[in-house]
Amino acid sequence: MSALEAVLLTVITASTPLLLAAIGELVTERSGVLNLGVEGMMVMGAVAGFAAAYTTGSAALGVVAAVGAGIAMSLLFAFLTQTLVTNQVATGLALTLFGLGLSGLIGEGFTGLPGVKLTPIHVPGLSDLPLLGPVLFGQDLLVYASLALTALVAWVLSRTRLGLVIRATGGNHHSAHALGYRVIAVRYGCIAFGGLCSGLAGGYLSLAYTPLWIENMSAGRGWIALALVVFSTWAPRRVAVGAYLFGTVWIMGLYVQGIGIGIPSQLLSSLPYLVTIAALVVISGNRLLTKVNTPACIGQTFVPDR
Amino acid sequence: MKKMLAMAAGLALSLAVTAVSGDDKLKVAFLYVGPIGDHGWTYTHDQGRLMLEDQLGDKVETVYVESVPEGPDAERAITRLVRDGAGLVFTTSFGYMDPTIKVAENFPDVKFEHATGYKRSDNVSTYIARFYEGRYVIGQIAAKMSKSGVAGYVASFPIPEVVRGINAFMLGAQSVNPDFKVKVVWVNSWFDPGKEKDAAEVMIGQGADIIAQHTDSTAPIQTAQEKGVLGFGQASDMIHFAPKAQLTSIIDNWGPYYVARTQAVLDGSWESSDTWDGMAEGMVVMAPFTNMPDDVAAMAADTTEKIRSGAMHPFAGPIYRQDGEMVIGEGEHLDDGVLLGMNWYVKGVDDELPQ
Repeated sequence: MSALEAVLLTVITASTPLLLAAIGELVTERSGVLNLGVEGMMVMGAVAGFAAAYTTGSAALGVVAAVGAGIAMSLLFAFLTQTLVTNQVATGLALTLFGLGLSGLIGEGFTGLPGVKLTPIHVPGLSDLPLLGPVLFGQDLLVYASLALTALVAWVLSRTRLGLVIRATGGNHHSAHALGYRVIAVRYGCIAFGGLCSGLAGGYLSLAYTPLWIENMSAGRGWIALALVVFSTWAPRRVAVGAYLFGTVWIMGLYVQGIGIGIPSQLLSSLPYLVTIAALVVISGNRLLTKVNTPACIGQTFVPDR
Repeated sequence: MKKMLAMAAGLALSLAVTAVSGDDKLKVAFLYVGPIGDHGWTYTHDQGRLMLEDQLGDKVETVYVESVPEGPDAERAITRLVRDGAGLVFTTSFGYMDPTIKVAENFPDVKFEHATGYKRSDNVSTYIARFYEGRYVIGQIAAKMSKSGVAGYVASFPIPEVVRGINAFMLGAQSVNPDFKVKVVWVNSWFDPGKEKDAAEVMIGQGADIIAQHTDSTAPIQTAQEKGVLGFGQASDMIHFAPKAQLTSIIDNWGPYYVARTQAVLDGSWESSDTWDGMAEGMVVMAPFTNMPDDVAAMAADTTEKIRSGAMHPFAGPIYRQDGEMVIGEGEHLDDGVLLGMNWYVKGVDDELPQ
């Protein structure tokens, strides 16, 4: 395996969970809801995925369980913020704390057990090509799913009626309501999609990235995903660029250290954040576009007048 | 008057504590920085607590609080434990140092034991293990088992404890192969399975075929197994995570110390002390030597025995710094003061120490 191939493979695995979680949160936010519970949904996805895969021996069932856990957590958030009209910021934070605690409780019996790894696909011929083979055709399905979801979200948001409705809901929920759209229902759906993606991201952690369960194993990735959404100004393609940029700079930092070049490791550890923010600020330079993309109603509660 | 009131309150409080601990069992409390299921640092302390229950269960009762952040929360948690009647408190993370000292001042009749710190008082002892002894042994194994002559070391934070481990590893490796190289990647975290995995993977991609770690998750050793190279566990035996890759593991064995100190409180012979125990006292234990030929296992066992008996010191001279300057000559070894403040690399480490 060449060094370049090793780096590319590591970049993909480091970036995928960020992209998965971020693309889901992007949809949630475009509908006008700020869900700070990404970390909690992610870690619940991780524990559910691990537990299901370990119990049944099937990584595929693990993925299903991870998605289920993510959606269940997000629906709890949706019920609280949409039906009971609680404060979104506080509820989101609570969801993260709740997820971290509950996952620790559920996972207690699963700590220290060898996990089931999601096997990478193998396309005869293509996967064996030098360099490009393993990088392009030798990943596990979740990596392709993350890219497919990004493309799907980009297409739905910009080219379909459903996308228009979601954006209208996020842009001005009173107008959307006046036009006859069911704001709360749309938001329920978008929050659930966010939960689905966060659950997948968590499942990726415990089934593909590091096939094990340890408390708090998401280690802050949910927060990075949240930041990526904002800095990419709610544009799906930019979220993908941001996630991969973050992963690349992070892996390069490790790589540089491994060669023994004397750059302080603390600086290298902070570089992914700095570079990603700088790059996304530059490519999001178009003020008008940023304004158009920003969901104006984000974080605001909505009670339909009757 | 205020002072009087405070004194009265204090008196009432200490009376209350004695009243609570009035039954004949000694209450021993543990404060943990992580979850007991981390399979690393906190897990090993909890194993020690269980051993204490097992051996002195008829005379003591144990309680613990897990995942307590370092800082003001720790002070509240310790106070709470004491008010609930604890007569002996083990605080098991470096950041609990000042809170422990502060609470100890208010409760002179309660004994405190703080792991990894350096501040003591009449009722506060400190204790830590000489993990570097184990790291010397794994360094030797690494040099024997490596084909490429390069090891990858996943490191957490550039503090003396970690730097000392890297140096001991390097000195052990050099005693077998003077040209041995070690790559170091700092992940700036004690616990982040993903980052630890990435670091191991990057170094394996750069030619390392042995992975050592000074972080708390099992990810590096699992990555080693996945990539078909070898490695070492950390803090506890990680053989279940990597049956084909783990050569051995440096195990933290706190149980005997916890039993001895608790017994001392029961006997009334407890005194404030500073403990830095290693293999000799059984605080550092090596997991079985696996996945290696018999001659390497024999060498490792022999070195372990020599360190245990005191016939060999991992930091025996001559030792040179990275820049070639001699730190200590033949026939001597570095003293504990130098080891405790170690912030430089020995010759041969392929890294620049972040300052």
